[in-house]
Amino acid sequence: MKKVFEKPKSLTDVPFTYCPGCHHGIIHRLVAEALDDLGIAKDTIGVAPVGCAVLAYLFFDCDIIVAAHGRAPATATGLKRVKPDNIVFTYQGDGDLASIGTAEIVHAANRSEKITVIFVNNAVYGMTGGQMAPTTLEGQITQTSPYGRDPKTMGMPIRVCELLSTLNSPGYIARVALTKPAYIVKAKKAIKKAFQFQIDGKGFSLVEVLSTCPTNWGLSPKESNEWLEQKMIPYYPLGEFKEVF
Amino acid sequence: MVDRLLMRGNEAIGEAAIHAGCRYYFGYPITPQSELIAYMAKRLLKIEGATFVQSESELAAINMVYGAAAAGGRVMTSSSSPGISLKQEGISYITCAELPCVIVNIMRGGPGLGSIQPAQGDYFQATKGGGHGDYHLIVLAPSTVQELADLTIKAFDLSDKYRNPAMILGDGLLGQMMEPVEFKEYDINSIPSKESWALGSSHGREARTIVPFNLDAGEMEKINNRLKQKYIDMQKEAECEVVNMDNPDIIVVAYGIVARIVKTAIQKAKKDGINIGLLRPITLYPFPSAVIRENVHKAKKILVTEMSMGQMVEDVELAACGKAEISFYGRTGGVVISPVEILEEVKKLLK
Repeated sequence: MKKVFEKPKSLTDVPFTYCPGCHHGIIHRLVAEALDDLGIAKDTIGVAPVGCAVLAYLFFDCDIIVAAHGRAPATATGLKRVKPDNIVFTYQGDGDLASIGTAEIVHAANRSEKITVIFVNNAVYGMTGGQMAPTTLEGQITQTSPYGRDPKTMGMPIRVCELLSTLNSPGYIARVALTKPAYIVKAKKAIKKAFQFQIDGKGFSLVEVLSTCPTNWGLSPKESNEWLEQKMIPYYPLGEFKEVF
Repeated sequence: MVDRLLMRGNEAIGEAAIHAGCRYYFGYPITPQSELIAYMAKRLLKIEGATFVQSESELAAINMVYGAAAAGGRVMTSSSSPGISLKQEGISYITCAELPCVIVNIMRGGPGLGSIQPAQGDYFQATKGGGHGDYHLIVLAPSTVQELADLTIKAFDLSDKYRNPAMILGDGLLGQMMEPVEFKEYDINSIPSKESWALGSSHGREARTIVPFNLDAGEMEKINNRLKQKYIDMQKEAECEVVNMDNPDIIVVAYGIVARIVKTAIQKAKKDGINIGLLRPITLYPFPSAVIRENVHKAKKILVTEMSMGQMVEDVELAACGKAEISFYGRTGGVVISPVEILEEVKKLLK
């Protein structure tokens, strides 16, 4: 019988630890498929974050280091500078990348480090139990914005792709979602393009993936997908923001 | 070939690092070590395949070091007191991940933003861990520009040997002073291969991970036990200079630039008929406790002097095990102790 679908080779056999309905599993798969398709898994070094994806080192079948919270782009810089022929990617959440690691991501992008960043934005801190993230939407209720995010004292959610696209340096920056098959096809294309950008030595690449957190949003997986489409996409528009080299 | 050059201390560290095969430097400017980052920029940017990055912060610098060390690079960062505080989280990670690197601290007055003059107030931070968790750095304390160079090279070798970060603990005076320095031949081929553990391409082998944590308490304890064994093994590297220990009236214990000032005080004291012995720890971790213990009984009085409120004095007291009467004299805030002050203190104690 002809095999038409299988697990990507760049994923190990370790079962994912993510909650039902969470998009991390899909994102892991898309990254692994990109590594497979481009034939780069054996030359890739991943940088796992602090947060729900801290265990990513168990799931990807490539060399991986776990970085300190927010510092993945700096750690990736060190790896890539010593091993310029390897492909280096970071996998970071919104608290990691857009709050505690804001300086690192801005400057790695500004130096146009030849690394690829997979940025998972689910508008909440997952692993610590649902606190406000820099990307939490206006009015959104979290553990630390129990009456809703109030822009008067908590600021407005940060749009990372738009912010980084203002930098006058080479880069590929795109935002994707996964709530329907057509989006997933586009997401895979963007992730592959981001890695290709690095392979070609063009510079920094980042794909922001809008993601669900049913557990901390207090919604079912289906409701979470609907909430993402209705609330997140209008504020975080999908598309390619920058392709400069 | 041995070159003898007149160099500033900070620059001698940089040249020694490059001499020892260091090709990766990540740092952030801060007084009084800025000559070092400038020197690394000037040299490394002209060496093919080498990397110099002026990072966005000290936090970024130490995490770049973490990545570079994980990839098997011979890597260094440098800073001064407040900047070293910022690096502590990363240093703790690097120690847990058991990666080699060299960290230079050219100390200035503290606490807080402190002053920009020389001090030794970071002894506790350097020798007792500094960041969170149970760990130690290898800490070397040079007292001349020549030693800044020699110990920088040694720091790289010890760091590789134990897969543990090594720190050069100098001060603003050492970093800024100019002296002749020689760079002895160093065989770059003697640097241990990192192929068996460094991250990179995984063709023909299993994928590797470098993970500075374990969610299983028992497994995390095993990591701590392994580190502990390493610190026990390291004790044999302890080094101490012993000066003028033939029937001394008093023994002074000092490290770094202060030990050098004590040597001037020894000469001055001779004119007054006072014989001062000096014990100078060269490694601050591991601390040369055995040498201290063997020598403290040779005089009735022991004076520990530091440019701090009294930090190394605690290790001297532990080493002496109550077998000697130990006094302390210190200056802080960036004030440099003078030989005359030390002599006056000695005379006071001998009265």
